[in-house]
Amino acid sequence: MPSKRQPARGRAGLIFGDLWEFDPAPETADPRLKPRYDLFIGGKFVRPRSGKYFASINPANERKLADIALAGPADVDAAYAAAARAFGPWSALHGRERGKYLFRIARLLQDRAREFAVAETMDGGKPIRESRDFDVPMAAAHFFYHAGWADKLDYVAPGRTAGPLGVVGQVIPWNFPLLMLAWKLSPALAMGNCVVLKPAETTSITALKLAEILQDAGLPPGVVNIVTGAGGTGSAVMGHPGAAKVAFTGSTEVGKLIMRQLAGTGRRMTMELGGKAANVVFEDAPIDQAVEGIVNGIFFNQGHVCCAGSRLLVQESVYDEVIASLRRRLGTLRLGDPLDKNTDVGAINSAAQLAKIRELSDLGEAEGAERWSPPCDLPERGFWFPPTIFTGVAQAHRIAREEIFGPVLSVLTFRTPAEAVEKANNTPYGLSAGVWTEKGSLILWMASRLRAGVVWANTFNRFDPASPFGGYKESGYGREGGRHGLEAYLDV
Amino acid sequence: MSDSVAGRVAVRKTYKLYIGGAFPRSESGRSYVVSDSHGGFLANAALASRKDARDAVSAARKAFAGWSGATAYNRGQVLYRVAELMEGRRSQFVSEIRAAEGIGSSKAEAFVDAAIDRWVWYAGWADKIAQVRGSSNPVAGPYFNFSLPEPTGVVAVLAPQRGPLLGFVSVVAPAIVSGNTVVVLASEQYPLPAVTLSEVLATSDVPGGVVNVLTGRVPEIGPWLASHMDVNAIDLTGAPDDLRDDLAVAATDNLKRVVGLSASTDWAATPTLDRMLTYLETKTVWHPAAM
Amino acid sequence: MVPTRPNAARARLLGEAGAVDQAGIEERVAKFATRSIKRASKVWGLRLAVSMTDLTTLEGKDTPGKIDSLCAKALRPHDHPGVPPVAAVCVYPAMVARARRRVGGTPVKVASVATAFPSGQTHLRTRLAEVRGAVADGADEIDMVINRGAFLSGEYARVQDEISAVSQARGAAALKVILEVSELETYDNIRMASLLAMRVLRAGDFIKTSTGKTPLNATLSNTQVMIEAIRDFHAETGVAIGMKPAGGIRTAKQALHFLVAVKETLGDAWLTGRRYRFGASSLLNDLLRQLERERTGAYQAPYSFSEASESY
Repeated sequence: MPSKRQPARGRAGLIFGDLWEFDPAPETADPRLKPRYDLFIGGKFVRPRSGKYFASINPANERKLADIALAGPADVDAAYAAAARAFGPWSALHGRERGKYLFRIARLLQDRAREFAVAETMDGGKPIRESRDFDVPMAAAHFFYHAGWADKLDYVAPGRTAGPLGVVGQVIPWNFPLLMLAWKLSPALAMGNCVVLKPAETTSITALKLAEILQDAGLPPGVVNIVTGAGGTGSAVMGHPGAAKVAFTGSTEVGKLIMRQLAGTGRRMTMELGGKAANVVFEDAPIDQAVEGIVNGIFFNQGHVCCAGSRLLVQESVYDEVIASLRRRLGTLRLGDPLDKNTDVGAINSAAQLAKIRELSDLGEAEGAERWSPPCDLPERGFWFPPTIFTGVAQAHRIAREEIFGPVLSVLTFRTPAEAVEKANNTPYGLSAGVWTEKGSLILWMASRLRAGVVWANTFNRFDPASPFGGYKESGYGREGGRHGLEAYLDV
Repeated sequence: MSDSVAGRVAVRKTYKLYIGGAFPRSESGRSYVVSDSHGGFLANAALASRKDARDAVSAARKAFAGWSGATAYNRGQVLYRVAELMEGRRSQFVSEIRAAEGIGSSKAEAFVDAAIDRWVWYAGWADKIAQVRGSSNPVAGPYFNFSLPEPTGVVAVLAPQRGPLLGFVSVVAPAIVSGNTVVVLASEQYPLPAVTLSEVLATSDVPGGVVNVLTGRVPEIGPWLASHMDVNAIDLTGAPDDLRDDLAVAATDNLKRVVGLSASTDWAATPTLDRMLTYLETKTVWHPAAM
Repeated sequence: MVPTRPNAARARLLGEAGAVDQAGIEERVAKFATRSIKRASKVWGLRLAVSMTDLTTLEGKDTPGKIDSLCAKALRPHDHPGVPPVAAVCVYPAMVARARRRVGGTPVKVASVATAFPSGQTHLRTRLAEVRGAVADGADEIDMVINRGAFLSGEYARVQDEISAVSQARGAAALKVILEVSELETYDNIRMASLLAMRVLRAGDFIKTSTGKTPLNATLSNTQVMIEAIRDFHAETGVAIGMKPAGGIRTAKQALHFLVAVKETLGDAWLTGRRYRFGASSLLNDLLRQLERERTGAYQAPYSFSEASESY
């Protein structure tokens, strides 16, 4: 272990083999799925007026989990009407009482945490370790955090009188189905709004299970309405004249469509869109922890993370060591059955997303970048993509510019802090960034120059209900979380 | 603006654009006639072209790093200095406004005073907005987590068509106080006070490129600014109603932050923070707190 | 020429070792603790842990009788034939000869703490004499403590020279260098001290977390810092140093998590008692309890196992 600054020579190889192979350890809690999920409107589960349903499948094995109602325009109208009816009494309710409903929801979710984790993993493909240790507890934490705000509206924007906006339309993505629901619902409800929410087409189930919790919590009918479907339903929710505000999390492409649709209407909007975050590793960084952060940054949730650290910027002097350590670490990641408690990398959420990841990765190779994945057997059924690293990537390559939204890391190098800033900011996106160094002053110097809404120093992909999250530039506007996140749901 | 006093022919001023700290004519070589309230000739103003707008955006982008990197204390003093200099040119502004709008001197004086005071009001915000809008966030983990406002970048401003000085100051100051740089298209009908103000800015401590002033027509320049991919925010206050929606749509291409969707604003009233906040991004930093 | 700064030695050592981020390392090891080890892989891991145990008694009240029963337990931890003997018994120098008589000629080694364990606060000549005495009495392995006072006052050369001197004195015995991580306090210090020690050790020697005599002993985190140092030292020099977390590991579940860290950090070649040891006393019975639970399908009573000592 001589100097960190020299590339390691003559590294003796380590064997990460199967001397001690783990037996399967599947999580066995019952997800309590229903064969068919209807729309949740006015506090009841109702059949779609269209009479149509679509299948939600488990991306890890392509088996059908349930039929999900397809909401048409009439259903969306009904949802908005129910929300509008509920708004008067709900907004008039004392904030203290509103808060109690949110506390109840948080508690009920904690009671059924494992069941929700299993459902989330089956419907979305993410490892049970993540749904159990991150998605579900963090969703409950968001309800807890916002519950306490419900009777403190006047402290959100001091000096201004604040009240709810009305009915809010929300469309959420498939990467963190329950957590994104919590991010959206909890501030909206705490501030006294009513909601029409549309989950993503491939991941509706935990939202509809949460509707069961809303019933159990005694939430007044119509305060939250959940309409399921595909893009057409989403467009109807976003464009509905009954919406006082819309909130969208998803791709920049769709976000722009919505904004165009609503431009000039004066409709309030918050947009949480794509990213192409730089994760910047300086030569004095704690390398093992940086490698861990790189792995968390891009392979967490199969890279289906808008703020994923998809561009690794490594200072040239430690490039060899970082890449060698990264490859070694990837060799210990376990890909496979998402329900196995030891799985680190689960299934890609959908066939369509898998096709997109493949296309961009093939393009990366065609453009001359060098592709590497650890040896790993992919299951035969389901949608799978191995953790992948591209080295020799140039700024001009599409894999360095476009959001892949998969477990694909593009590695670039830099020589000086100023160059790191320049490269990190060389993107239309600005959602997040990471900085790894032992020098505290350099962390803050970088943090002040990186054009990104969240900067993680010596960590990556950390979230907290109290921590505002949202992007610069084409990554969106508005914040979610913390006091800042409440403003979008208040009329001041 | 009397043209002659006791036989002396006045030396008239040429009203030009203000881009990157310099006063060029329009690269198009065009100008248009600015009239007084009775329709008489006041001056020719430069008729800015899309290329002038492009140059102005480049100048604003170039100035952004330095201006946003200046200390808040420094920006506050720079804005206050603008107020000081305007006070010294008070009578010039009064007479320009009177000539342009045909209003009485006491009303014109009130507008100028209010415009000067507005600079002072915003100057005071420079080193306070982060305290009012920032926060430290108690996250569940070994991190010191804080959020602070940061300037959005380059702001395009279509200045209000009415209120050539107070309105102009009221839309420019909230953008630059926090470190943004602006390209502002002055009122088409009443551009002269804006040009005179740009002369004040040029001799103040506001670095060149921080404020770039164009004179010309919204229908010609507005769409180029709204669609410009290196403009981060736009104020549509001065847009005609029939153009505003189109500009708002064009602004979505790179997710510009948009204000001024309704033109009616009482410029005399104390502003809210809304304009300043539109041009501020919230950045959240997670810093490890560990050995 | 730039004059040497007073803390140049520390800066140099830290530069060579590289820093450790506390939040990051603790996040990393949390993942080891979420690994779920079931069925055959659990039995395999439990048996491996038994075979890695340095069954220890380090008490003022140790007697020849206590040593005898400890050695009997070490040789045959449980009646069931599938349970291997432990790696070693670990005792004070005065008990080495006795232990030697009980386990000599078996696979179970005799390890002796030495060098004025646990504080190390006596003259070097005295510490060396203690080492020679223990070896002469038949110790196969010597567990020494480093001079933490010297380390914390920046006398790194002295720390290293003393380890070298002990290394000379131990002859053919294997050496385990105790860093006493709780007194070093920071992960940076632990990594630096690991490097200092390994540079003067031989292949087959160990670095060890703790004496077990301070409130904070082996944790997944401080052990992770040390095994990453071992991994990096091995990558650079080809010399394979072993690891011994000691103190505080009381349950089979903990031990399995420590072994997961080994599997995912050092790889298969360290999943052996030759390169990894647990310094423990009460751990062994919990390993046995879990093995019996797996074998019989029923939870076991404490009295089913001998030597249910809760010391160390």
